[in-house]
Amino acid sequence: MTTALTIIVVEQDRERALMIVDALREAGEHRVQVIGSGAGLARRVAEQCPDLVLIDAGDPSRDALEELTLAAGPLERPVAMFVDRADQSLTRAAIEAGVSAYVVDGLKSDRIRPILDAAIVRFHVFQRMRSELAATKAALEERKIVDRAKGLLMRAKGIGEEEAYALLRKTAMDQGKRLADLAQALVTAADLLK
Amino acid sequence: MTRTLSLGFIPLLDAAPLIVAHEMGFAEQEGLRLNLRRAANWSQLRDMLDLGAVDAAHMLSVMPVARALGLGSGHGEIDVLMVLSLNGQVIGLSKALAASTRTLPFGDPQIGAALPSGEILRFGVPFPFSMHALLLHYWLSRIAPDLEVTLHSIHPPRMAEALEAGEIDGFCVGEPWGTRAVQVAGARLILPGSAIWSQSPEKVLATRKGWAETEPEVAGALMRAIWRAGEWADANRDSLAELLALPRNLDTSSLHIEPALRGQVLPLARGTEAAVPQMLEFHAGLTNFPWRSQAAWIGNELAQRHGLPPGPAIAAARTTFRSDLYRVHLGPAGAPLPRSSDKAEGLLLRDESVPAVLGSLSLARNRFFDGAVFDPARSI
Repeated sequence: MTTALTIIVVEQDRERALMIVDALREAGEHRVQVIGSGAGLARRVAEQCPDLVLIDAGDPSRDALEELTLAAGPLERPVAMFVDRADQSLTRAAIEAGVSAYVVDGLKSDRIRPILDAAIVRFHVFQRMRSELAATKAALEERKIVDRAKGLLMRAKGIGEEEAYALLRKTAMDQGKRLADLAQALVTAADLLK
Repeated sequence: MTRTLSLGFIPLLDAAPLIVAHEMGFAEQEGLRLNLRRAANWSQLRDMLDLGAVDAAHMLSVMPVARALGLGSGHGEIDVLMVLSLNGQVIGLSKALAASTRTLPFGDPQIGAALPSGEILRFGVPFPFSMHALLLHYWLSRIAPDLEVTLHSIHPPRMAEALEAGEIDGFCVGEPWGTRAVQVAGARLILPGSAIWSQSPEKVLATRKGWAETEPEVAGALMRAIWRAGEWADANRDSLAELLALPRNLDTSSLHIEPALRGQVLPLARGTEAAVPQMLEFHAGLTNFPWRSQAAWIGNELAQRHGLPPGPAIAAARTTFRSDLYRVHLGPAGAPLPRSSDKAEGLLLRDESVPAVLGSLSLARNRFFDGAVFDPARSI
């Protein structure tokens, strides 16, 4: 029987954190703790003496973990970012999914693999959710701007909604611009002239 | 035929040579299409380079040397093809620490001796292996040897918040983050990095070891494009501010970028701007030449800080700055080439003309604040 590992998940978002913890539970009997990103990250991680730390590769506080690679005292265990020398595809998959793992010196790769595999699956889901959310948000913003531009044209020229929309579209096509960009330019100009 | 290269960068002022090479057509002139990929932190950028997600990257000058010394995360060796920028750092104190420190004019390194001892002072830097960390350590260990200082890695845009939250008492960071700490957190800037070392290599163009030799034509084209981009960046600083500010690049207001590009910083909120000579250099003189002696200095400093034997550290460090490749690829393009790839760092009180491979060239003033000279010829 292998002993349980202490795993720290650095994640600010509560819901995301819970999803990662659930996934890790399925990968084995480990002690999993969640801590938030941000202030004093290196110190807060070191205090827990973890075997493994999982963090979003693009977390703004991630560079602080690099401090842990420099063990300050003889009793401290140096940590390094996990790179599987026998299996680069795992490291690559982790990077693509946007998760990175920091491990204590001496921890064997085969103990880390199942945990990292589980985390990678979860982070892929996050990535999809994030790009979907961003796309929806952008589409919504663009529709709002186009609506405002339409309204401006309707008032200024005394035309109907359909005609205003057709005018915007035609101008955008003639100028080789995106409809949303043209609408934004019109709205900005109108705001300036107020 | 156009070849596409992926380059990693961090959205900072000194990514300018890569951004300009892409945006102003210098890469295209060389038959390259650049795919610029923004990273969120230095660790992520390093991973992208290590695993081949990018061909080359904008990198802290200390990172490749630390790697050669076995310090830090990541794997595989790194080659430095050229220096992308000199200087650009500023050092500041929190409102509280500034209040308990005797005031000296901005840029006077003697202020280090006036810092209150007795309590541990915590300084924020962008990364453990950075020129910011080395300059702070070099300066404080000499000017205030009894002072107890700890360094903490803080994401530069968070530097002002870290000061406000009392996590740190001071910082060394690249602009515009120092000025932002002044405006947002009431910090006081005390020194530009150039007051500690007037010629510190800040960012470099890094590739995986051997990449430039496997693809010599592509590497040469990339180096020429970036070298010319740096020349444009130095000469067109107003347009540069607009270009850098774009959402796809730094995504900020050009007003935050302009002062540092004009060589000015605002040490105190509601104060007047201070002019900093050689605040940030992209091209002038031999800015881009990767001197073996610069790498040796970095290696020696890392060895002192982390208890490694200096001889082997200096020898390993020197191999990372590839002045040989610079000579091969940029010499024919017209870049001035010095006769030696080493110089005595800290030796020049003023700009000086020296014989070059062809004709002569001007070496810029090169001083450490304490007047020390680091001569690799004597330390090996």
